Amino acid sequence: MTRVLPQRKDQVQCKGSGASPMACERHSVAGSVSQRACVFCGSRVVLYPVVDALHLIHGPIGCAAYTWDIRGALSSGPDLHRMSFSTDLREKDVIYGGEKKLETALLELIEEYHPRAAFVYTTCIVGIIGDDVDAVCKRVGERVGIPVFAVHSEGFKGTKKDGYRAACDVLAKLVGTGDTRGISPFSINILGDFNIAGETWMITEYYRRMGISVVSTITGDARVDDIRRSHGAALNVVQCSGSMMYLARRMEQDYGIPFTRVSYFGMEDTSQALFAVARFFNDSEILARTSDLVEKETARVMEEINQYRRHLNGKKAAIYVGGAFKAFSLIKALRMLGMKTVVVGSQTGNAEDYERLRAMCDEGTVILDDSNPLELASFSQQKNADLFIGGVKERPMAYKLGMAFCDHNHSRKYALAGYQGMLNFAKEVYSSVMSPVWKFSPRAGKRGAQ
Amino acid sequence: MLLRHTPKEVAERTALTISPAKTCQPIGAMYAALGVHACLPHSHGSQGCCAYHRSALTRHYKDPIMAGTSSFTEGSSVFGGQANLLQAINNIFITYDPDIIAVHTTCLSETIGDDVHQIVTKAIEDGKVPDGKKVIYCNTPSYVGSHVTGFSNMVAGIVRGLAASAGTKTRTVNIIPGWVEPSDMREIKRIAKEMGVSIILFPDTSDVVDSPQTGKFQMYPDGGVTQAEMALTGDSVMTLALGAFASEAGARQLDISFKVPFEMLDIPIGLSATDRFIQALSRAAGVEIPDSFVAERGRLVDVITDMAQYFYGKKIALFGDPDQLIPLTEFLMDLNMIPQHIVSGTPGKKFRKGIERVTGDLFETINVKNGAQADMFLLHQWIKNDKPDLIIGNTYGKYIARDEGIPFVRMGFPILDRVGHSYFPTVGYTGGIRILEKILDAFLNHKDATCSEVEMELVL
Repeated sequence: MTRVLPQRKDQVQCKGSGASPMACERHSVAGSVSQRACVFCGSRVVLYPVVDALHLIHGPIGCAAYTWDIRGALSSGPDLHRMSFSTDLREKDVIYGGEKKLETALLELIEEYHPRAAFVYTTCIVGIIGDDVDAVCKRVGERVGIPVFAVHSEGFKGTKKDGYRAACDVLAKLVGTGDTRGISPFSINILGDFNIAGETWMITEYYRRMGISVVSTITGDARVDDIRRSHGAALNVVQCSGSMMYLARRMEQDYGIPFTRVSYFGMEDTSQALFAVARFFNDSEILARTSDLVEKETARVMEEINQYRRHLNGKKAAIYVGGAFKAFSLIKALRMLGMKTVVVGSQTGNAEDYERLRAMCDEGTVILDDSNPLELASFSQQKNADLFIGGVKERPMAYKLGMAFCDHNHSRKYALAGYQGMLNFAKEVYSSVMSPVWKFSPRAGKRGAQ
Repeated sequence: MLLRHTPKEVAERTALTISPAKTCQPIGAMYAALGVHACLPHSHGSQGCCAYHRSALTRHYKDPIMAGTSSFTEGSSVFGGQANLLQAINNIFITYDPDIIAVHTTCLSETIGDDVHQIVTKAIEDGKVPDGKKVIYCNTPSYVGSHVTGFSNMVAGIVRGLAASAGTKTRTVNIIPGWVEPSDMREIKRIAKEMGVSIILFPDTSDVVDSPQTGKFQMYPDGGVTQAEMALTGDSVMTLALGAFASEAGARQLDISFKVPFEMLDIPIGLSATDRFIQALSRAAGVEIPDSFVAERGRLVDVITDMAQYFYGKKIALFGDPDQLIPLTEFLMDLNMIPQHIVSGTPGKKFRKGIERVTGDLFETINVKNGAQADMFLLHQWIKNDKPDLIIGNTYGKYIARDEGIPFVRMGFPILDRVGHSYFPTVGYTGGIRILEKILDAFLNHKDATCSEVEMELVL
């Protein structure tokens, strides 16, 4: 029997029983061992890959310490984003205010590192003590001549999604301030790919082969100057819609740039993404090159993927991810490997997302919003999952249960995007599901008890 | 070349910490609370704090780390977090059924002025705490001290909330091990058992954060000091508190509440500190030191003599937490090495004094800094000015080690990129051998990988 917090009963569903819409986009129940993070976390994640900006965290040391170089968002050049800068607020600052300290820190850092822009993240406590961070940023920005912006990311002011929005607000201030001369009419921005394990580079290379130039990779290996001129692109291609749709909408509104939502996880979705972009430009040469690329890339990896599929066919998976959009792709990618999704959940999905999830899933699949380890362990065990796909906090839980695991979060070490990514994914899932270690695990031999 | 921007010139900084050698209080409180059996740590603040602490501890231990959060909203930060905490306590006991909830605060709940004592009292009055269950708590404002302070505060909170006395003095010795690994706690228990001393060790995270793969998810693993054991700590003959920064507050609290005297000791890292620990334990319990320890000690001394030539005169940069750094520095001195740069982000005057105590005449020539601006950036600058032969510290040392081509030994918290610390202790004589093995591996691997072919030797 799975213990579910009474207030969470309508955030847990089983496809096929009852049809009331999923309750979601709620604050977490106090006391829940929620896997969610905070507003600051959302902002930090989105802006982190701007590699030539200074990221200064205004608050006590923890917020800087826990977000220091924990994401593998790779850079092809500067690596200022991988350092950890903090005003390290102390009791005295909490009493008398931290503005002076912030200004001094900003000036010292900008003089030392010459960043192309500076972002100051406000943390919980800054929202309470009332530092006027905007004023400090404005003053410093005018003095040093680079954009200096406050990121309003006080942890308690909502969920991670509100943090995405605060980050998008800052990006929107940068967009439109650069020179767009010389940008090709066949050009796009890539939004919402974080270049984990170099994924943005792989995707950019696909577009290059299609004859489309990329103006800015806004959230992966990003450069301030590219973001500033990104309004010169003809199309915004948005992945991880949870974090970047807000910016895409704003750019559509302010600069008339249309956007398209895509996913690069799984071959089906990758091909769909590339064709969607190609069709947008409605250019026969681009279309021909895209068809060629999709055909070649698919052929290159298909045989090997099929080998893994033979072993994985019929296995069951549980998925728990941040944004629901990723779950859609994962369900499809798992299907390609012959695997069935028996539990699926997200931290921040909305009603529409859950409706779509329900439509995609098989009967009996458990669907969860803002779940916790007890539910995740219990449901995946009940459903006899062979594989769990999640992030850092779910990994050891899955292993304890004798379940294979694949990290589809920022701790992944292999690129999982695009065609090569699908092959890597198949390989990773295979290596864990078919690992000989399960011979020694108490779970072995106890399967089929559904 | 990740750190190519670090300038060699050390300039005065006043407002800025770059790449910290510490983190904030609540994570220490969370770790300490995990050392109590069937206890769910609870973070009274925003959701992110709890998620970050759980992730950081998960990365270090590669084990599930459970904790609840009050999930503050904008409303709670205006009207106070009482409603959230009351609801949390209620929900946790109903759904997760722990024996104990250990509440720690955050910068947010501290600054808005939540009174946790009053809220917990209200929860008890309102009947939200079932019979036999406990809610313990401590204050851990993130803008004071460091993660070590948070650990210390929760240890004192554990004593306040769970220690008791049945009225009859026993011969049991309380040991507060400080912020050490589960492997170290296990080793301390082994040592006591082999000496025939009855101890109560708290907090005790062995069998909690190093739990075996069983095919089951246990929200509360088997380990941790139990409520029943804690209820006897007031009757113990004495408390041995290992490490002033993490353990003194708890020991003092036991003394105040139940007149259990305490002795402050270093964490038994290295030969001399282990000697003192074994002697103190034997004194406290009134037992002889068994011969087996003479042999254990002899093996450590034997390794030191065997390999002494590789230790002599080597310069070491070390960073981490005060309670570890002081005995580790002493051990390096015993090995004829030179502790050269020492950094800890944790503030407190006791640190310099401790380093002075173990380094004697050498102290004046050593770079030592702790507290404000004692960070990895400063350590790197010192290293650029005076290159050591080895760096010892947590995983964050790997940037400097790579950048400067210096051998590196991982010790401390957090270790995010290797395993072993959960399983192999660094305390006691055997732990001393492990430290030596790691240091020698680092030196000699470096030598084998970088020396010329002419100098490459089979036998070392």
